[in-house]
Amino acid sequence: MSEFFEQTIQPHFNFWIYVILMMLGLWAVIAKKNMIKKLIGLSIFQTAIILFYVSIGVKEDATIPILDHHGPEHHEVVHENGEHIEDAETSAHPEEVHEKKGDHSHGDDHGHDDHATDPDTMANPLPHVLMLTAIVVGVATLGVALAICQMLFKEFGTLEEDEILAELKDSASDD
Amino acid sequence: MLTKVIAFIAVAITGSLLLYGVADFPSFGDPNSPANAGVEGGAPSISQYFITESYKDTKVPNLVTSVLADYRGYDTMFETVVVFAGGMAIFAILRVLRSKEEPPKPQSRAETFVHGDHNRIIVGTTCKLVIPVIQLFALYVIAHGHHSPGGGFQGGVLIGASFILLALAADLKTALSRLNEPNYIRLACIGILIYAGFGVLCQILGGNFLDYGVLQPVLFTDGPEMARSHSMLGVEIGVALTVSTIMFAIYANLASRGTLNEGL
Repeated sequence: MSEFFEQTIQPHFNFWIYVILMMLGLWAVIAKKNMIKKLIGLSIFQTAIILFYVSIGVKEDATIPILDHHGPEHHEVVHENGEHIEDAETSAHPEEVHEKKGDHSHGDDHGHDDHATDPDTMANPLPHVLMLTAIVVGVATLGVALAICQMLFKEFGTLEEDEILAELKDSASDD
Repeated sequence: MLTKVIAFIAVAITGSLLLYGVADFPSFGDPNSPANAGVEGGAPSISQYFITESYKDTKVPNLVTSVLADYRGYDTMFETVVVFAGGMAIFAILRVLRSKEEPPKPQSRAETFVHGDHNRIIVGTTCKLVIPVIQLFALYVIAHGHHSPGGGFQGGVLIGASFILLALAADLKTALSRLNEPNYIRLACIGILIYAGFGVLCQILGGNFLDYGVLQPVLFTDGPEMARSHSMLGVEIGVALTVSTIMFAIYANLASRGTLNEGL
């Protein structure tokens, strides 16, 4: 059991969490009768996808994908600012930052070579970009879904799926 | 009951299939996974290109911003359009333009809010103090998105939240007196037009749609890289306008059931 845990679950625990969350959402969408509960399930499903994307962009010992700066013309001034940002946001790896600073001062004035960043020191920016927009779009689509729910409630006086279906069947047989 | 059993079986099968597939995935935090480093022996992955080269291309230290607004400019533009379309869909579904039973107008809480209602004095004062700070911070997040975490989407949501806070603390009428319906629809359209306008301007100057490099003579910058950097700020402002107004529109329509009369 512990072998299974160490070799299968532990290196993939992010994927396990994402599958479990996604199945919780799917269960709510399929099995629940209440429209709002279905929407909650849909949101959990979406959260699972976001977790999946962001977690595949993670690299061990990597920082956030923001370079430590800056244009060649403000080399000295910006250095201090850059240090501030670095201290605040990447304090987990002070040695690395200092190494980079050292390179900076020796680098040439074009500011190009000192930004030849090792890709392994930064998290993958692409999943972040994809999920950044997905979150905001998710809010907008959730708003549309809630608006449809409000109209359903206005029309039928209930948000239970089976009651709405029964009422629809009644009105169809009346015609 | 039967549906629940079937649903549980479906969910269990799907879940176990996914977990079975997950076993072949790269482990968590692996810098050499295909998504992070590309396939072995092949070309480096696109995200490695973004990390190593995007500063040279755009002079934007925040790689997320440069990928969002430049490399994936098309995607971001149409995501903004989706947000706009969501707002318009809510308008189409919910908005009651001429309600027959016009409710007898109770004295709007807006006036009592302005003239000092002792029941709401703590909430009102707190909002007066907090809302300007939220909006200022939102502008910072938008404008500083090149150098720190931030950008149009995040700042736009913050601005929208400040209006929603006003609507919650006072009432919807007060919030709508600051940003009324024609204006927020206008601003949402203007946001999209700013974004698309940058794209069309690039085409007029002979480049591709949203290829900001050709804007260099218009923006008076040192090189095409700085033109890209400045245009990114422009499109982020467009995104922020649309997102903030649509967030407020969603709240206003949902909270008042489309009448825009009374809030929660």
